[in-house]
This record gives sequence, C-alpha cells and structure tokens, in this order.
Amino acid sequence: MRVLDKRTRFNRRNFLKTSAASVAAAGAVSGGMVSITAMPAWAEGLTAIKPDAAKTLLVMVRDLYPHDRLGDAYYETALASMDQAAAKDATLAGQLNEGAVALDTAARKLSNAPYAAIKAEKDRVAVLKSIETTPFFRKVRGDMVVALYNQPEVWAKLGYEGASAEYGGYIHRGFDDLDWIKDA
Amino acid sequence: MVAKFAMDDDSVVVVIGSGAGGGTLANELAQKGIKVVCLEAGGRHEIQDFVNDEWKSFSQISWLDKRTTSGSWRVAKDFPNLPAWIVKAVGGSTVHWAGASLRFQEHEFKARTTYGAVEGANLLDWPVTLAEMEPYYDKAEFKMGTTGTNGIPRLPGNNNYKVLAAGAKKLGYAEFHTGNMSINSKPRDGRGACQQIGFCFQGCKSGAKWSTLYTEIPKGEATGNLEVRPNAQVLKIEHDAKGKVNAVLYADATGAMHRQKARIVAVAGNSIESPRLLLNSASTMFPDGLANSSGQVGRNYMRHMTGSVYGVFDRPVHMYRGTTMAGIIRDESRFDPRRGFVGGYEMETLSLGVPFMAAFLDPGAWGRDFSSALDAYDHIAGMWLVGEDMPRETNRITLHATEKDKFGLPIPNVNFDDHPNDIAMRTHAYGRGSAVYDAVGAVRTIHTPPYPSTHNLGTNRMSANARDGVVNKWGQAHDVKNLFVSDGSQFTSGASENPTLTIVALAIRQADYIADQMSKREI
Repeated sequence: MRVLDKRTRFNRRNFLKTSAASVAAAGAVSGGMVSITAMPAWAEGLTAIKPDAAKTLLVMVRDLYPHDRLGDAYYETALASMDQAAAKDATLAGQLNEGAVALDTAARKLSNAPYAAIKAEKDRVAVLKSIETTPFFRKVRGDMVVALYNQPEVWAKLGYEGASAEYGGYIHRGFDDLDWIKDA
Repeated sequence: MVAKFAMDDDSVVVVIGSGAGGGTLANELAQKGIKVVCLEAGGRHEIQDFVNDEWKSFSQISWLDKRTTSGSWRVAKDFPNLPAWIVKAVGGSTVHWAGASLRFQEHEFKARTTYGAVEGANLLDWPVTLAEMEPYYDKAEFKMGTTGTNGIPRLPGNNNYKVLAAGAKKLGYAEFHTGNMSINSKPRDGRGACQQIGFCFQGCKSGAKWSTLYTEIPKGEATGNLEVRPNAQVLKIEHDAKGKVNAVLYADATGAMHRQKARIVAVAGNSIESPRLLLNSASTMFPDGLANSSGQVGRNYMRHMTGSVYGVFDRPVHMYRGTTMAGIIRDESRFDPRRGFVGGYEMETLSLGVPFMAAFLDPGAWGRDFSSALDAYDHIAGMWLVGEDMPRETNRITLHATEKDKFGLPIPNVNFDDHPNDIAMRTHAYGRGSAVYDAVGAVRTIHTPPYPSTHNLGTNRMSANARDGVVNKWGQAHDVKNLFVSDGSQFTSGASENPTLTIVALAIRQADYIADQMSKREI
C-alpha cells in the first residue's frame, strides 16, 4: 500500500498562498464573505493583533486543535490569516484583542495565572470551556478550523494528498491498494 | 451554430436553471426542434476551470447568496446562512453531484398508501407509478451512461469501498457493490473513463462523470435551437390577463434588467429558489404567489434523512483516493416498519478531504477528541447515510420578512424540523453504519451530523388533485397550464435514493409531454 512520508518539509511560499484562500472560506462557513487578499507571514509581524494578545491566541488555537505533530508555525499561519482580516476590520481587531484579555481574566479566575502561563493543558481547556459560548470564542474557533486545516503542509502531516488531477488521479497511484483486508 | 433569440420572441420555451432538470429539459426540447432560452443564474465554468481544492472550489461554484434558516435542525445552528450545499453555475448541481443514479422503488411512489397516515407528515402518493417511469428511467440511464445498466460495467472499487464491502459481507448484507454511477467506467459518448481522481464534488476534471454542463447543454446548443444565458438571475415570472405566463424578468451580470418573452416557462432552480421565484412572482391575479392556489408552494421541503459514519482503523485506508461515492449497501432501503420507522435508507461510500473533514466532521467541536480524529485522517473509512424523510407542511421555504437581496427581492428562509421518523431512521442507520466498520475492526466510529442539504426536494410537489400540490403528473402547474416545474421540487415524496436519476427521467418525460401539447396547440 502506498503510504505518505509525513515528515516536515517547511515551505513559506505555500503558506502564503493557502492562508489567503482560507480567509474567504472561513467567511463562507461563519456567515459573512471576506475577500481574498495577500497575506503577510507571522514572522513579518501581525498588524492588528497586539503582541501580548498574539501570544495568548497562539496557545488558545493550539488548545482548540491540538496536534502534537504540528509545530507552532502552522498555528501561526492560521492566526496570521485572522490578523489580516482584522487589519481591515476594526471591530474584529477589537474583538480579538479584547477577547485575549478576557481569556486571561477567565484564566486568572480559575487558575490564578494568565492563560498562556497555565502549565497543564486540562486546566487551559477548563478555561476555554468557561468562555465557550462567547462570540469571541466562536469566531476564533470557526475561523481557525478552516485556516489551520486548509494548509497543504498540514494535509501532508495528516496523510492527505490534496489535488490529484494533475497527477492523473489515483488510477495508477493506489486508489485500490488497500491490502490488509484479505477478502476485499 | 449556437442560437441567439430576441427578447421579444414569444415563441420560445424559457427554462430557468441548467442542472439535472433544466439542462436535460432544454436539450430534449432542442432535439425536438423546439426553441429554448435557458437562463442560468451562475457563470459558465468549464472542466479546465475546476480546481482540486475544496474551499477554492466551494467559493467558485457554490450557491452563496444569502439565505436564512430556522427550525430545530442542526444545520440552522452550525451553518445558519448555508442551509444547502448546491451549485450556482451552468450545469447546476450536476457539476458537483456524486453520480449515484438509483431508480426509486415501486412502493416509494406510493408513500401514503404504503406507510399509512404518519402523524405530523403530509404524505401523498405520486400521481406517477414506477411502471410509467420505467421507460424514462431506461432513457435516463442510457443518456447518462449509468454503470450497471445498458451493459456498462460497474466502476472498480477503491480503498474506501473495500472496507465497506468487507463489513457488509461480515454482517450478511446481500446487495452491495460499487453502485449505479453515471460516471464512465470506460470511454463512452465522447467522454473518457474515470481516472479515480477523487474530487467528484469539485467538478470532474476528466469529464467521466455526467454533467449537463458538457453533455446536454452543448448537445442542445449544437442543434441551433438552444441559447444558454449564464449570469442571468430570474427575478419574476410574468403573466397575461388570462393568467398564462408570457415573460420572465431577469438581471444580467451587470445588474441590467431584461424581459424575455415566452410561450412556456419551465422552472428548475432547485427546491429553494424555485418556490422562492413562484412566491416572488405574486400578482393581483395570484396574490399568494404563482401556481399557489393550493398553498403548497414552498411547503413539504425534504432534504433526505442523512448523516455520515466514519470508521477509524489501525491500518491505512486513504479513503479520498478514487471515485467518492462508488460503493453502496442497499439492504436497508427496503420497507420494513419492524425497524421502528417507515421508508428506508442507503449506505454509500463518502470521503471528504482534510479541509471539509475539519469543517463538517462535528461542527463546533474542538479539543483532543476532535483533533485526534483528524490525526487519524488517512486511517479513516467513510459512508453517507441517505434515506427517505417525511414531508411536512411546516418544513418550508418562505420569503424573509425583512431581508432583501441585491435586486430588492426577499431572500428565502428555510425552516426544517426533523420528523420523529427521520430521527428513528438516523439512529438505526448510525448503528448499522458503525456495525459495518466494527465488523472489520474499527477502533473508533464517529457519527457525523447532516451536512448542509445537497438533496433539496418537494417544495412544488406533484399531486393528482390540485388542492394537494402545485403541479400535475407532468410537472405542469395545476393553476397555469404553460408553466412547468422541472427540478426535484416537483417530488411528491423523497424515496431513499439519490434524486438525480429521477429528476432526469422526469425531465425527459416532461419534454415529450410539452412537445405533444405544443403540437396540439394545447399550450
């Protein structure tokens, strides 16, 4: 059976390309449409999300969709797509920055520490549970489930091969190569 | 030679929509020498424009005009502005359909007689029988090149099918195979064989899958009798003083308004837009909407009982490789009320790529329980459950009280509550789906809630009696004899099968009727 090499092959250019499409897709799922635009990478600095908030949000997004095999870069890329949208939407920027502060407040209440400083994942999850119904939480969750999983680098890590037509489909590339069911 | 008809040519048949119903009807009429103007709200994207990328394709071809939702169905909570996942493009939803082409069963045309008076359901027998439909099913299968018919071999089974079939065998199911698929298993009708690409829902890049976009429509255009106008959003159907329809008002891509005169109008905009258009076409003579003396326009909205089961295995599956829906277990589609519900359901292979899997596996879910499923993505097999849901008068399309589209017309609201029969069937289907995967050693099974509706049915239903429905057995409006409904909204009940083959068969049959009535000067 043809299986995939899931080791990391980091490629910043692809990140830029795909995170841009994610913004529009996230809009479709969460209700509003957002235009597709170019995207600065995390490393080049976020524009709308403040540095402290960014730190908090990064941990939050990791806790929302925890994949121990994925480095921070994938989560940063996802968050960068949201920053780009927030740069053109002051309401969203406010929601994210204030949401991060509110998350810290909730964290202090439950664990006596700012969110990102809480050591145990289960304690951070408890904090997230406590704000699960807020518009801030729902916005971050809804946009990030699109932006994180719309990256070809993430697909490769999860064993998904993406586009196939340009390779001739799977007719000669293992569409029926499952070999562990004997009578199939 | 592609035809071009004048706006004031009142001899043309105007077909609204170019999908399974509209695209087929347009071609069938054109082949008979009848002049047709087909107005399509979406753009014309050809095969080379399709992309193997779920979200990009979604943005490219989906119907994304704003809609609202209400009712207790989960879609209203998770996707409040996306009740349906259908296509806005030339070819309509035949661009993204899976290709499953199943005939309805005899008893399913007699739902009221067979199931009895189900409380809270507005069941009715079709005014058509299977025997009457059989010659048209034959023609539809031949036209579409359906595998398992006309001597066309079935498709080879992919990895996802192998898991399904092994489970089906272990459970003692008798009827399972790679389906009756309108996807070429070998070259036919000028189109090649399936390349097992796996992006059936994003537009078939090889053209092996039947779509009106590259079969019916170009064939119709080649006759010189069919003009397709893309980016033509129909706003209103107009009528004369005698109550016969005589023109269609539409907006082009620039927003400019046009009035196309018509001898006959056929509505095929799918089960949300078709009733919306009739309701928006209300006039002094038809104050409740065109063809709505029964009050049934927009009612009895059906979306099939659906759900998905994903099985996680300790060995790889790569379910996304190959034809998405070439795999079916049919045993549960029988009528057997001992299971605790009327009607039946099919189990069909299904896979989503990582982007859609993340969005639809369990909308709103987060944390390790969710992400661990995606961590196992390449070890997952998937199936879709599709069964008959109960028509209910209160499940309906209505015009929004305040929200308007860019042309100033009320947007549609889709209200839906599952009937207890739907819930009982879904519970049973989840259980049997899990059993299929457990039988081959699944380490975990996941029950995924219904996606935004891909099968939208029933909102202009057929009835023998004018008081019970909107159209007669030919899809002809009871109230307006030169107005037809040509899409799945004319379905009297939903049956357990994917609807496209029946929509196509009805369109072929309707074309015969229209030609006959035109020649007799009845319409």
